[in-house]
Amino acid sequence: MLEAIRYFYMLRPVWAVMAALLLGAGLIAVSGTNPLEAYRALFTGAFFDYYGIGGTLVKTSPILLAGLAVIIPLRAGLLNIGVEGQIYMGGLFSAMAALLLPDMPGLIHIPICVLAGALGGGLWGLIPGYLKAYHGMNEVIITILLNFIAINIVSYVVGGPMMQEGAPYPYSVEIGEHLWLPWIMPGTDAHVGVIVGVVLAIVIFFLLRYTTVGFALDTIGRNAQAGRYAGIRVRRTIVAAMFVAGAIGGLAGTFEVLGLKYRLYHLFSPGYGFDGIIVAFLAMLNPILAPLSAFFLSGLKAGALVMQRAVGLESTVVEAIQGLVIIFVAASLAFTYDRTFWNRFLERRRNLEAKLGDANSTEKQEG
Amino acid sequence: MTNLKLQLKQVSKLFGDFKALDNVDLNVVEGSIHAILGENGAGKTTLMNILYGLYQPDGGTIKLNGKETVVPSPRKAMDMGIGMIHQHFMLVDSLTVAENVVLGLPGQGMQLSLEDDAAKLSQLSETYGFDIDPHVEIWKLPIGMRQRVEILKVLYRDADIIILDEPTSVLAPNEIANFLDGLKRLREAGKTVIFITHKLEEVAEVGDRITVLRHGKVTAETNVADTTAKEMARMMVGRDVVLDMMEKPDTPFGDVIVSARDLRAHNNRGIEALKGVSFDIRAGEILGVAGVDGNGQAELAEVLTGIRNLDSGSLTVHGEDITEKLVYDRRHEIGISFVPEDRHETGLVLDFPVSHNAILRDFKVPPYSKNGILQKGAINKIAGDWVERYDVRLRSLDQHVRFLSGGNQQKLIFAREVECDPRVIIVMQPCKGLDVGAIEAVQRTVLEQRAKGKAILYISTELEHILNVCDRVAVMCAGEITGILSPEEATSERIGALMGGIKDEEVA
Repeated sequence: MLEAIRYFYMLRPVWAVMAALLLGAGLIAVSGTNPLEAYRALFTGAFFDYYGIGGTLVKTSPILLAGLAVIIPLRAGLLNIGVEGQIYMGGLFSAMAALLLPDMPGLIHIPICVLAGALGGGLWGLIPGYLKAYHGMNEVIITILLNFIAINIVSYVVGGPMMQEGAPYPYSVEIGEHLWLPWIMPGTDAHVGVIVGVVLAIVIFFLLRYTTVGFALDTIGRNAQAGRYAGIRVRRTIVAAMFVAGAIGGLAGTFEVLGLKYRLYHLFSPGYGFDGIIVAFLAMLNPILAPLSAFFLSGLKAGALVMQRAVGLESTVVEAIQGLVIIFVAASLAFTYDRTFWNRFLERRRNLEAKLGDANSTEKQEG
Repeated sequence: MTNLKLQLKQVSKLFGDFKALDNVDLNVVEGSIHAILGENGAGKTTLMNILYGLYQPDGGTIKLNGKETVVPSPRKAMDMGIGMIHQHFMLVDSLTVAENVVLGLPGQGMQLSLEDDAAKLSQLSETYGFDIDPHVEIWKLPIGMRQRVEILKVLYRDADIIILDEPTSVLAPNEIANFLDGLKRLREAGKTVIFITHKLEEVAEVGDRITVLRHGKVTAETNVADTTAKEMARMMVGRDVVLDMMEKPDTPFGDVIVSARDLRAHNNRGIEALKGVSFDIRAGEILGVAGVDGNGQAELAEVLTGIRNLDSGSLTVHGEDITEKLVYDRRHEIGISFVPEDRHETGLVLDFPVSHNAILRDFKVPPYSKNGILQKGAINKIAGDWVERYDVRLRSLDQHVRFLSGGNQQKLIFAREVECDPRVIIVMQPCKGLDVGAIEAVQRTVLEQRAKGKAILYISTELEHILNVCDRVAVMCAGEITGILSPEEATSERIGALMGGIKDEEVA
């Protein structure tokens, strides 16, 4: 029985999502549409249709990587709100590597672009990491501010030095076709970025769970002073964690350029970095659950368009439902499984049942 | 029968399944000093919190001045004339005495009349011989004076029952006598004083009546004059306390292992906390460090273990300079173990399972990890072995350390810090918050390590503990070692003087 209750608690984000969708159904009904029809359109469009899945996977790639970029520092107790900026810097560095380097075969050039993108994002993570570790500055504020800086740097670059001549709005020249990432579902835009994301999720899962690196991160996250006592170089570890997180965020931007847009656009990420925060919490900071939660969130986003077309629902309603999902998931995480509480509860019940049993038997005798 | 000021009948308090107070009776005579005696966890503080309205009892009645009452909140308690002085002072350091007293005082209008208050406070201070200037900022006052400010605070609120929770635990020995005189003056003024303590001498000196608590039950209530210190100790602990020294095998000391010369370091607030500390520890020797909390002991331990940087001075172990070594290297290359003062903040990660805490400082070395991969099998085997040998009571190795009792947490830390076979062991306040059984276990472990030839630094504010186990006692005051004594020389007056910063040569 205790086990069953424990599993119920473990699945709490799922219950939260269900509750949010239920409340969302109310919203849809109020706006004059049949919620069942709307949800059918949403889920078919996102998960049960070849092209729909393709569309979902396109969004899964950056959202999953962003989620991982949030999870790693959060294990050490650092909130990385700066993934959005890291995505932009990743996109910028990889686009520069793609456009400015001399011609070379794709097999060499692609890895260079990917590394450049990771480096760009990594630097954008390194700055708040350093300021946090060595100067005690709040990483939340620093990362938020760095987002604006990165977004504006990209806007400037693609609107000026790297802008394609005669372009109607700010974007760069197209990158060479030899740099395009392979597709994974023919006929759709889905590219290998999502596979890289899943592999990374698995690697990070093992790293955090079974290695000394994960042990050190978890120790710092739970008690930094004990970490210092344990002989962990806390400052260095914080800087390293933020660099790696930034690099993964940078990959998200890189794959947007190399796998989907083939150019550097201004404002090319519609807030994927912030979606990463939702993914991280929906996955309860467990990297192995991140692909699932990223896929789900991407599905909501992709399916929303389908739903809008199919039943003529305002996209604002869909956004409201996304908001509900976030709030419900965040709230659900506040409920933690308390073994002693449930133990005692079950014990009281058993006692009660035992007493009732006694009462029944005496009644029978009396009768 | 004298007039009963306060009477508790059959008061009980439950925390979950735990009976913190079990049908406690308490009879406090008006104008007396009533001591509540008991060990850590006997329920003394819970009882006082009920009197002050912080907790509501689960059963029983409270009679004040012969009338049955309920104390719903501290605010109401103050209105009823009950004042409480907590173990940790509730004062704002940057405000003056008068400002602190007026802070939160009911009946203040839009404008303060601090001068009037200050004048009244001067008068009050004079009445009780407290010698306090109401215009001085709190941070300029020594601890003993701050305590008087706390007492003035409740007197100014017209309290006639004054509850003091472990009032002497923060004081230096020379301040304690002054404090006890203050209590007597309060009694002369007709106030009723209830003070919680576990120190027998203080009870014997000023107490009129005494209630002894053990495991939440009253074991005795009597006049102090009718009992002896020895009897009180027996009632408190439930058996005769071993006040004499623990048996120490007469092993010879070896070479000097740790040699510290002129250590200087700053604390977190940027104030020089170590001002040239020097000492040696030989193999098989326990050097005790006594002193009132906050005189540089914590910084000394941190400097030795590498957690805090040294400003200057030399530190060698076996002749090897270790000043540049990191925490990790000091533990693994040099062999310095450390049982920190604060189990929860430093020694353990409370939300880690027992097994993870067992390897907290060694997770990077075999057999706990190989090539960066944690070896769960080996970890559980070794942790399980320690748990058995050190008698750590737990449900499973996966249980979070948060749910272990303080004694069991400390046993786990000791296992970890001793089983790595160190050369130097630094223990800081190892018995803080532990019961008598756990204290014995801790001291036994320390003495075992001494017999194995380790160099041990034993930092504690509990003089009895230090005298029990140490071969020499260093006394610290204001970042300096004011003297190093042998246990025979270490009378409480001498240690008290050194703790207060009076060096031996000044006495002579």
